[in-house]
Amino acid sequence: MKAILGKKVGMTQIFTENGEVVPVTVVEAGPCTVIQKKTEEVDGYSSVQLGFVDDKENKVNKPLKGHFDKYGVNPKKYIREFRVEGAEALETGDEIKADTFAEGEKVDVTGISKGKGFAGTVKRWNFNTGPKTHGSRNYRRPGSIGAGSDPARVFKGKKMPGHMGHEQVTVQNLEVVKVDPEKNLLLIKGAVPGPKKGLLTIRQTVK
Amino acid sequence: MNIIDAIESQQLKNDVPAFNSGDTVKVHVKVKEGGKERIQIFQGIVIKKQGGGIRETFTVRKISFGVGVERVFPIHSPKIAKIEVARRGDVNRAKLYYLRERRGKAAQVKEKRF
Repeated sequence: MKAILGKKVGMTQIFTENGEVVPVTVVEAGPCTVIQKKTEEVDGYSSVQLGFVDDKENKVNKPLKGHFDKYGVNPKKYIREFRVEGAEALETGDEIKADTFAEGEKVDVTGISKGKGFAGTVKRWNFNTGPKTHGSRNYRRPGSIGAGSDPARVFKGKKMPGHMGHEQVTVQNLEVVKVDPEKNLLLIKGAVPGPKKGLLTIRQTVK
Repeated sequence: MNIIDAIESQQLKNDVPAFNSGDTVKVHVKVKEGGKERIQIFQGIVIKKQGGGIRETFTVRKISFGVGVERVFPIHSPKIAKIEVARRGDVNRAKLYYLRERRGKAAQVKEKRF
């Protein structure tokens, strides 16, 4: 598996050679620094810990500072661990750049979706609305939430109003349209979760 | 410069002539047929210009064998080899949808006199 951390920049469109318009999300991906390397002998599995975006020394708490100092790496804002292919070949301090991915490859993108606050059933679960006219006062109500004396309770998992968004979402099988290793940019076809400047993890697709 | 602006400005054409709704234009479209590329001309009246930057498009309407045909082109599309302005039109609207309901002489646009 290949993986990299990135930041969503925004969406735009680009033209292909045959004049087709492709909607793309621009992602500032990497460079990610390898902090810790986990191995089969020591940790029981092999993986790498990647850091993304340099952070100020005074922004890091003491436990994390100790961790960075141990491996002699500059403090990073985000740390994530991946079971990357060929983890054995990587060393602490190595950088993973946007060019790990090539044009035409398929990726899965994970991010934290935009928060929608406390949302009703119409927005959150696509319930139908009631009639707006003819004396109706049932505009966006959820309706009945179950039978009466039997079962005498509301079933678990009943779709109801509540907090929506701001949760981890993965979009699978997106195409990498363009890679710009100099500017650390990935152009991925379609939309990805989260707001602009939101953290994204881009992985080789599982499909 | 903003990253997205930089990506978009790379694809912008800078040889697009100034034209507006009401103008008659010849659009040179690249057509691929059996591995060969040739140029096809689509001539008609611009009835709409919409969007900005890389997203800007225009709609050209013509009457072909008695049937109205409208095509929407992205201005900066690489499929467009050239845009030629054949005639400047004198119109009072930005969107000339009223031409769709008119036939024959009534569907004409006056030429602009300077």
